[in-house]
Amino acid sequence: MSAIAASSPSPAPLLAVEALEQSFGGVMALAGVSFQVPAGLIYAVIGPNGAGKTTLFNALCGFYAPSSGSIRFDGHELRGLPTHAIAALGISRTFQNLQLFFNMTVLENVMVGCHLRAKTGLLAAALRLPQVRREERRLREWARETLALCELADRAEQPAGTLPYGLMKRIEIARALAARPRLLLLDEPAAGLNDTETLALRELIARIRATGVTVLLVEHHMPLVMSVSDRLLVLDYGSVLAEGTPADIQADPRVVAAYLGGAVHYAV
Amino acid sequence: MRLAGLYACAAVAAALPILFPDNYFVTVVGISAGIRVILAVGLNLLMGYAGQISLGHAAFFGMGAYASAILTTRHAWPALLAMAAGLAVVGASAWLLARPILRLRGHYLAMATLGFGIIVHVVMVQATRWTGGPDGLAGIPPLNLLGWSVDTDLRWYGVVMAATLLAVWLSLNLADSQVGRALRAVHGSEFAARMLGIDTGRAKTRIFVVSALFAAFAGSLFAHQQGFVSPDSFNLIVSVELVTMVVLGGMASTFGAACGAIALTLLHEGLVVFEDYEMLIHGALLMAVMIFLPQGLFVGLSQATRRLWRAARRGG
Repeated sequence: MSAIAASSPSPAPLLAVEALEQSFGGVMALAGVSFQVPAGLIYAVIGPNGAGKTTLFNALCGFYAPSSGSIRFDGHELRGLPTHAIAALGISRTFQNLQLFFNMTVLENVMVGCHLRAKTGLLAAALRLPQVRREERRLREWARETLALCELADRAEQPAGTLPYGLMKRIEIARALAARPRLLLLDEPAAGLNDTETLALRELIARIRATGVTVLLVEHHMPLVMSVSDRLLVLDYGSVLAEGTPADIQADPRVVAAYLGGAVHYAV
Repeated sequence: MRLAGLYACAAVAAALPILFPDNYFVTVVGISAGIRVILAVGLNLLMGYAGQISLGHAAFFGMGAYASAILTTRHAWPALLAMAAGLAVVGASAWLLARPILRLRGHYLAMATLGFGIIVHVVMVQATRWTGGPDGLAGIPPLNLLGWSVDTDLRWYGVVMAATLLAVWLSLNLADSQVGRALRAVHGSEFAARMLGIDTGRAKTRIFVVSALFAAFAGSLFAHQQGFVSPDSFNLIVSVELVTMVVLGGMASTFGAACGAIALTLLHEGLVVFEDYEMLIHGALLMAVMIFLPQGLFVGLSQATRRLWRAARRGG
């Protein structure tokens, strides 16, 4: 455990989670999880199924109310804030089970992603005042830029629900990026993708980091995680098992035991 | 181009009384259809776009109507001022009602709005001192716009058509803005909407209020145009009919809701001859639409036409 403290890189991390606990009835889904994500990194959270990875994401986003502990993002305490306020601070995410707006086109999905930068009031929109028209043009432009970054430009006008699964996952990333977050949470982005799509995903994640966005990644696809991440957090039964660089983690006997030794919760 | 549909509707509305002067169907049925279009377009903002069900919309329609009726007959308020007061009362009640009620989802939301509709109807029947009870209130003066009294069928036709086009224009604008996209996002996935910074509770509350205001506006026009209101015009059946219009026309489409309202109005008129069988035919038609055009008359038919058109062009 001392290795964690010694290897904390920068003095002011973007995200600092302290002793976070989340219980559902008697079940401790998170039993005092602490870690820090420095700005600008790709930081992965791995662990066997049921280790608490998605619970951690949901607690970060305000979907759950943690029982105790603290989540500090850029100096703000996130615990107790509603989800839309957390989003306004600069956190965005994708979902393990797609939460796309199937009733809209790809472009409209991404335009909803621009919501935080839209100032249109209800009355102004109803009367379609000139500033509303200008804003519509601006949002459309932003959305198209984001689509281009995600290589979805040619799909803009298609209904989101008619596209192949791999593309839908990519639209979710584009939509989350359109909010211009400082921290992007990706919940199993490679699940259900084929090898080509996974390779393209790796490039996309690297491109996202290059734009200055910090990425927090939950993923089971080990080759992807090990090749793309700067640091990893290993969760097991709601607790931190290990933390470090991909090389540290691969050499850690506890991780190897959790993944390979324990026949009960084996994961790829 | 965006408003091409609206201009087409305006042209048709203006042409009808010229082509068919003094025609019962144009003026009387037209007025009735226009008022229903305002109601349906307003309810569609809540149901079609935001995906929230209200089975109590006749209550807001009735509150708007009764506010105009009571203030003009009992307190001699000018019609426009009474209308504004009605809008204010309905807006405030809808806002107070929205926060607790919109936390509910699906069937529970439907039940809560249903309950609200029933309560308002009971008040209309029971609070005889104010509402005149089951007999209603008569002698409501016609609308007076800056000295121009709206007292003939043709004048009423003009006013109601202008109001209807205004409602359609407002609805089209809202739908085609970030506000409208945020509403559809709430419908699509509330989790994702919140994660993108949309305060879903606030968005739902505001559109509930807007939707209620459309109904109150229609109610006030209705009261002045009829000159008489009674609780029967605002009962549960009316709420259900409003929902039917939105679903019949096609959800999340302003013109769809408008078509649903017009179709249902014409159906009523057409079925007057078969009085005893009206509900039966009404129900059968609804079932047929739900089975064969589940997206609604307008959306379903326009998609079918587009497919045919494309096929014809490829063939030719």
